[in-house]
Amino acid sequence: MATISQPTTSAISPSAAPLLEIRNLAKSFGKTAVLRDISLQVAEGEFLTILGESGSGKTTLLRIIAGFESATSGEILMGGERLDHLPPYRRRVNTVFQHYALFPHLTVAENVGYGLKIARLPQQEVATRVEQALDMVKMTAYAASKPAKISGGQQQRIALVRALVNRPRLLLLDEPLSALDANLRRQMQVELKSLQREVGISFVFVTHDQEEAMVMSDRIALLRGGELEQVASPREIYNRPATAYTAQFIGHTNLLSGEVKDGVARCCDLTWRTGLRDGLGLFSLRPENIRLASADKSSKVRFRGKILRQAFHGATELLQVQCSDGLVLSIRAASQENWNGDIELEFSPADAVPVRASEIRQQERT
Amino acid sequence: MLCGRTLLSAAFDFDFMFSRAYRAAITAPPLLWVAVFLLAPYAILFCYSFWSVSSSQDIVRSWTGDNYRQLLQVNVYWQTLLRSMWIAAQVMIFSLCLGYPLAYFLSFHAKRKDLLYQLVIIPLWVSYLVRAYAWKTILGSDGVLNTLLQYVHLTTHPLDFLLYSPFAVVLTLTHIYTPFTFLPIYAALEHIPRNLMEASHDLGATPFQTFWQVIFPLSIPGVLAGATFAFVLSLGDFLAPLLLGGPSGIMISNIVVSLFGAAYNWPLGAAISFCMLALVLGLLFLSESLEKKWSFK
Repeated sequence: MATISQPTTSAISPSAAPLLEIRNLAKSFGKTAVLRDISLQVAEGEFLTILGESGSGKTTLLRIIAGFESATSGEILMGGERLDHLPPYRRRVNTVFQHYALFPHLTVAENVGYGLKIARLPQQEVATRVEQALDMVKMTAYAASKPAKISGGQQQRIALVRALVNRPRLLLLDEPLSALDANLRRQMQVELKSLQREVGISFVFVTHDQEEAMVMSDRIALLRGGELEQVASPREIYNRPATAYTAQFIGHTNLLSGEVKDGVARCCDLTWRTGLRDGLGLFSLRPENIRLASADKSSKVRFRGKILRQAFHGATELLQVQCSDGLVLSIRAASQENWNGDIELEFSPADAVPVRASEIRQQERT
Repeated sequence: MLCGRTLLSAAFDFDFMFSRAYRAAITAPPLLWVAVFLLAPYAILFCYSFWSVSSSQDIVRSWTGDNYRQLLQVNVYWQTLLRSMWIAAQVMIFSLCLGYPLAYFLSFHAKRKDLLYQLVIIPLWVSYLVRAYAWKTILGSDGVLNTLLQYVHLTTHPLDFLLYSPFAVVLTLTHIYTPFTFLPIYAALEHIPRNLMEASHDLGATPFQTFWQVIFPLSIPGVLAGATFAFVLSLGDFLAPLLLGGPSGIMISNIVVSLFGAAYNWPLGAAISFCMLALVLGLLFLSESLEKKWSFK
């Protein structure tokens, strides 16, 4: 029934009929508008991440899809039929909650079988499916334990299969990994992604962690202040950010604001060719796209800079370099204990990606 | 400055705070209080329950089990005890039936929680006697209820089963003890994480199924605590039966009161008291262990 998404970089082709379609959705609590004009589609078998800072409305959007909140306006369709008029218990959507929400009075197996029992499946089938589900996450040994007796990571797995065992058409995940420590979290990211490919169910995953979003998603929908900033594949959103906000929120970047005249952009002493029209232009230049100057001079923008400080990032080093005219750029360089003095640098004009200006709220992060 | 700091560090001398002497100093007064004013009187009464009264109304301090035997053999005693338990059981059931829906509504659906909560609590500030007398004026033959019934011609004569009957006792005690069942149930319901209900709905359960599969099982400790409150408090009540019970509504505490008072038979009174104490302690123990079984913290 579902097409299993390949680990490709491109977005799911838009021609495929979307499983979930959100049209012009808006939500306000009292006079506060939490979501404005959200239109979004989720394809069969797609892993879509809704990424945003806290307060961006991402959880509200998820809760509206699940049916715990109702939208102020707009509509949601699933498989072409209205979804937003149904109560949550009639939607073929299941949710993995942020704090798992396992039933404390039921055993692990009873928790997993809850939805099947409610659906009045034959006892035998409930038992088999629960067994398979527990086996899938290697939790068979804990079938008879109460949730309070198992660890956070194990509870997380149970919450996941409790939702998956019902074979929903769409699985919603509300920051399910945020309560786990870093190591377990990375491990679960991989597990979750491979599980999603295995079962072929569409996932809508909410997170505030951009790295998590990049690792797992087919597409990322970046929410900002209740509006969609950009919806694209992780690679596209990283390499071709549409706005200054996107460029800064996803990864680390240098924002260059310059003047464009006759196809040449100028920012301080740096000049490069661009396709932008004349006027003011804003460009995102990733630190890793600025390199030590090589012998080959063709079509590169070259400049000298003085190293102000360096920050160790394991495999790489993030350098703060001051150019002759005072402009400070972040540069990713090979790990080396002492970066000192002046260096000759270059970047290719194509890597200075023009972005739309957006009111910058996010402090530059290192 | 220096002086101040020294004083401060002396006041927060942690070695001293956790020393044996310190712990003894703070635990001794309450322990002494309990020993002198609770345990000692109990011990004395316990001795009394094995003594007897002579025909000249003197306490005879020789050990005998007669008092306990009388309790079992004299009909009026064990029948009254049974009736008291029956009345207490009715009060328990009615106050659960009133308290649970009220607590549920307040916890899950009420808009002005704090206000409604106060409305439930405020009657507790009114004197017990006032509330009991209020029912007397409502239920009496010239009372509010009978006057109203006759005024609208539903009845021609005053209904006499309303007052001075077990009915009046059950009604009054239910009114008085419903807040006591409401409170623990409300607390239990308030402690249920709301995302559990969302999870239940999410997994396909209707609100009705969610209530029976999730909410009710998780509120059982509160129900047990509330039921215990209502039963134990009503079982030992003597004012409501005294004021509203009449001869048919007498409860075991009334007998104990008269044995200690007018009848001057302290030994028998003590024996009945200890039977009740054993009964109540047994119930508390049972309810405690059941509550433990149903809590999942």
